[in-house]
Amino acid sequence: MRVAVLTTNLLAYIGATTGGLPLRTRLYYIEALRKSCKYQVFVSYVTISPRDLHYYNGLTMNVSLVGLIQLGVQNMARRLGRRKFILYGSATLGTSLLLKACAKPSANTTETTTTTTTTNTSSTGGGDTIKVGILHSLSGTMAISEKSVVDAEQLAIEEINAAGGVLGKKIQPILEDGASDWPTFAEKAKKLIDQDKVATIFGCWTSASRKAVLPVFEQKKHLLWYPVQYEGQECSQDIFYTGAAPNQQIEPAVDWLLQNKGKDFFLVGSDYVFPRTANTIIKAQLAAKGGKTVGEDYLPLGNTEVTPIITKIKAVLPNGGVIFNTLNGDSNVALFKQMQGAGLTPDKYPSMSVSIAEEEVKAIGPEFLKGHYASWNYFQTVDTPANKKFVQAFKKKYGENRVTNDPMEAAYIAVYLWKQAVEKAKTTDIAAVKKAALGQTFDAPEGKITLENNHHLAKFVRIGEVGEDGLFKIVYSSKEAVKPIPWNQYVAETKGYACDWSNPNKGGKYKGT
Amino acid sequence: MAVDAAPRIGGRKRSQRALLIEGAVVIVLALLLIFLMPAVLSGFRLSLMGRFLALAIAALGIDLIWGYTGMLSLGHGVFFALGGYALGMHLKLQIPPDASSQLPEFMSLYGVTEIPWFWQPFYSFNFSVAAIILIPTLLGALLGYLVFRNRIRGVYFSILTQAATIVFFNFFNGQQKLFNGTNGLTDFKTLLGADVNDPQTQFTFYTLTVLFLVMSYTLCRWLTSGRFGRLLIAIRDDESRVRFSGYDPTGFKVVVFAVSAALAGVAGAMFTIQTGIISPKAMDIAFSIEMVIWVAVGGRANLVGAVLGALLVNFGKSLLSEQFPEIWLFFEGALFLIVVTVLPDGMVGWVRSQRNQLQALLGRRRQLVTYPSLEENPEVEREREDIGN
Amino acid sequence: MITGLFEALFNGISIGAVLLIAALGLAIVFGLMGVINLAHGELMMLGAYTTFVVQNGFKILGGPLFEFYILFALVFAFLVTAAVGFILERGVIRYLYGRPLETLLATWGVSLILQQFVRSVNWVLVIGIALFCLLFFGAMWILSRRPDFQRIRNWVVAVMLPLSLGIAGATGAFLGQSFQLAVTQPWFGAQNLDVTAPSWLRGGLPIGSFQLPYARLFIIGLTIVCVVGIYVFLQLTPWGLRIRAVTQNRSMSACLGIPTEKVDALTFALGSGLAGVAGCAISLLGSVGPNTGQNYIVDTFMVVVVGGVGKLVGTIVAAMAIGTANYLIGSGTLALLLTPVKPLADIFTFFATTSMAKVLVFALIIAFLQVRPGGIFPQKGRTVDA
Repeated sequence: MRVAVLTTNLLAYIGATTGGLPLRTRLYYIEALRKSCKYQVFVSYVTISPRDLHYYNGLTMNVSLVGLIQLGVQNMARRLGRRKFILYGSATLGTSLLLKACAKPSANTTETTTTTTTTNTSSTGGGDTIKVGILHSLSGTMAISEKSVVDAEQLAIEEINAAGGVLGKKIQPILEDGASDWPTFAEKAKKLIDQDKVATIFGCWTSASRKAVLPVFEQKKHLLWYPVQYEGQECSQDIFYTGAAPNQQIEPAVDWLLQNKGKDFFLVGSDYVFPRTANTIIKAQLAAKGGKTVGEDYLPLGNTEVTPIITKIKAVLPNGGVIFNTLNGDSNVALFKQMQGAGLTPDKYPSMSVSIAEEEVKAIGPEFLKGHYASWNYFQTVDTPANKKFVQAFKKKYGENRVTNDPMEAAYIAVYLWKQAVEKAKTTDIAAVKKAALGQTFDAPEGKITLENNHHLAKFVRIGEVGEDGLFKIVYSSKEAVKPIPWNQYVAETKGYACDWSNPNKGGKYKGT
Repeated sequence: MAVDAAPRIGGRKRSQRALLIEGAVVIVLALLLIFLMPAVLSGFRLSLMGRFLALAIAALGIDLIWGYTGMLSLGHGVFFALGGYALGMHLKLQIPPDASSQLPEFMSLYGVTEIPWFWQPFYSFNFSVAAIILIPTLLGALLGYLVFRNRIRGVYFSILTQAATIVFFNFFNGQQKLFNGTNGLTDFKTLLGADVNDPQTQFTFYTLTVLFLVMSYTLCRWLTSGRFGRLLIAIRDDESRVRFSGYDPTGFKVVVFAVSAALAGVAGAMFTIQTGIISPKAMDIAFSIEMVIWVAVGGRANLVGAVLGALLVNFGKSLLSEQFPEIWLFFEGALFLIVVTVLPDGMVGWVRSQRNQLQALLGRRRQLVTYPSLEENPEVEREREDIGN
Repeated sequence: MITGLFEALFNGISIGAVLLIAALGLAIVFGLMGVINLAHGELMMLGAYTTFVVQNGFKILGGPLFEFYILFALVFAFLVTAAVGFILERGVIRYLYGRPLETLLATWGVSLILQQFVRSVNWVLVIGIALFCLLFFGAMWILSRRPDFQRIRNWVVAVMLPLSLGIAGATGAFLGQSFQLAVTQPWFGAQNLDVTAPSWLRGGLPIGSFQLPYARLFIIGLTIVCVVGIYVFLQLTPWGLRIRAVTQNRSMSACLGIPTEKVDALTFALGSGLAGVAGCAISLLGSVGPNTGQNYIVDTFMVVVVGGVGKLVGTIVAAMAIGTANYLIGSGTLALLLTPVKPLADIFTFFATTSMAKVLVFALIIAFLQVRPGGIFPQKGRTVDA
């Protein structure tokens, strides 16, 4: 409820003359003034919450109870008018967007059904396009990393389409946002499979998102291509893992460090499943090979306060030692910036990272990382013709300042491997594709890789040192592709187990010899 | 329940009839959801519907404490997740007797050899069901008692609940061996011998969710009408006055907070079983804030609004993020802004005000609101005319 | 032992300083004005992004000037975020005064928009927005001179809004089609950005076996400057006086002729500007990316609440206390000190990883607020509602 009205020049006057009076009396003055000069007014509102309104039926007698006066020049009528307007405007905008959102998929489906009345089988899609799903986080914490993987997948699809597509049909990618939220991943996976009837899905980054979609894929017997290095201990019939298993990244890195850098290890990781599992493996491996784990610490995802960790490192490794870093994302930046500040230099405290690739180096700044190591299957600096082509094509599409990295390469090969499998099977039927995919080889940017029977890739192992320009100088490279071992042989619980999907009797986890 | 809810003052017969009509509408809607929806919606959309209905239960809880009692909790994700974990733990213990290890597979991977003591009782289905409701209730009551006893309220309460969220998030996230850390509990197989991923079973869960929603609605309806409900509103509007009138608000607030926590727990359990995963992500602050948004969009202090809001916001979010995967956050942000600035009473409130106007247009007498709302106040009206000239 | 103690003290203070500088803006916006600004973190992020832009600008200039880019970045970060804060206040928050919970939701929406904005901002988007503002607000401005503007206002808006939206959208689409990558490439993208401290801020000052990082020293210094600056501003300048007057008693101030709306806008802009400075400072330590702000938001609120809302001194003390506690628990120092007392030591060893330390510190905060609900320095006054 708004009551009093003042003229501008009288405002100060009232303030000065009625300063000592109770508010109620003051408002009488104001009221009187309002009546006397109606047409040159400057409005002020006494705001009273609606629930107290019944107190004020006798005008402004009790205003002093409230004491909340808001002076303003707004015109009430105008304000209300605008509020209504924004409401209507946004409502129309919203509904039109929603209408568009709803209308689009139905338009698509009618299109496909009209064009393909002949071969409308369940998951093959039919028509002159083959739909594939791309399921990554485009928003939320993981968007930082996953966006580039989407870029690489889209590049591969574009290249394949430009070269004539698969089985004479174009690939039509359907992009979904997992929003860094695991249930959302499961929801979107179901949507892609049930509603869009895609032929396959490329997606996920974090182990948690993969674990979340795993039941969906296993239930629908669908197919996921997972492009990131991970902690192993999994071998699903419905997933092809194109990133590294621990024995293709972590284990060789530890071996290399033991040989070249020292025996005392400090393990730093983000507080989630990959670092914790990786560190379990590393600890077992160090125990087996004569190294020593002197300490470990975990940071919450996204935390950037690493001072306690640095203190711990200095306390347990006063004379230098190896830091094995499985941090993810933002925390890496903080760790390296603050390590330099605290005087932990790579000559005394060399660090090996398994989550820092070209893109992260760019984000952290090569000044802070120079001399530190990372272990991957692929670096942008790998010298193969296929890689030159890949890097060039990528930069052409997304800009000169972009870089390529290992997960991007793994995602890129995933698309090509799927294409080869489809061509070999001559259908997009999922069971046939899965079968045909085993044993496929591909001249990937990292070298010639093979899709093994355990649904992982035989990949090259490389260790790089960060150079001035933010790219890696490769200091170690395996002579040939290393065979993947999904079930870790250092961990007691999985020792002796293996995985072979070419033989239905063996399956995902069998006791090997 | 209907009799209890009816105000004892005059017009008892009429209000009873109104309640009967309301009850009938609710039952018809529930039947529609159970029998008609499966025919109309595709399987995928139906499962989404089931999930969002589960979220609507949580929204009812939020409406109870925020809309009616004026306490904005930004930590309801914790209760939601606890309910989910309680059920998830039971599901994880459904290990076929011929399996190589009698532990959930993540435990054996991390070198746990024996099932931890607090997992033991979850072998029992009955215990787990009780835990879904009791654990959030007890935690809510405890937290509520500590906080309300000290007369912490308003913003401070909201921020405290946020801190509690962080505590729980980090704890569950860090305990790889006990709760499987970030990955959470997933890959559920059977419940009471039935395959949880089977469409038939899933439909049972869907039906159950609808039933739970109806039950929660009834519970909230009962709580918010009558003396208890009026007291809640009084606490919201002016706690000090309630205190001066001789009531101790603490007890009421604790009760209502615990009830709301229990609803969140049930919602979490139903959501978990239909999504197939419960992870610490559900304790993320963003998720807790989103719950509040559902209620804000639907309409505060209005139970129908809370349910509608939860359904609409989630379906909208789902559709928008499918269509505009890259920029849908813009729309979500804009939605918050618009709701708060131009729709302070949510959609239900807006529809009501429109209805009033429509009736006025048709020449019918305007409905009188309990408090004369600002727009209808003759004094303001006069003021406005003065200014207009 | 002495160095150990000194090290613990320094580390505690340096963590506290980061918390403090991040919380300072909030202490003003939340503490003085009572606005719960959940977009505070995103304003910090904008400050960090400004630092990135300034850094790249100076890289082009090159030479010795580059070494001092950070000083300019501080100023720019302050100005940019203050401007954004001003727009935010004028556009949204001023309609929500006195409704703290609604403000909370609205600013959460703003924070989502800002996050997505830095992810996807490109020339097309900027040109589109600029064109829209030009057309829409330009038309409103021109038409607002007509005498019957009030009457036709809604019609004007109804016509102009879709029209300008359409034109802006079409132009954007056209630009995207014709120039391709040059205009559609995001400026920053979803990836983290590289902000490199100038060489004089890298490395550290060695004291015995311990090294004081220069970046930390810089932040501690900056925090002191900011605190002193705010104190002087609030206590000794006319506008500071007005701000204090309005926050103490809005109605009296208004009656005495203080333009409360201007004061509100100014206060909010000041708080936001400080968030920008904090963003610039944290870019020296951590990452710069769309999620930067999210990592700080709850911590900063905790600092303000623990300190006691509306009290700068409280904020300072709370930041230092929380920082030190975090360090002592997280680094295991406390566990080490308590070795003689076995059960206590065991507890602290359990919490001696960084992530578990956070659990303990927050639990302690909740416990502390049980004892002193008003924070360390509760606001004294007769009001029933705190």
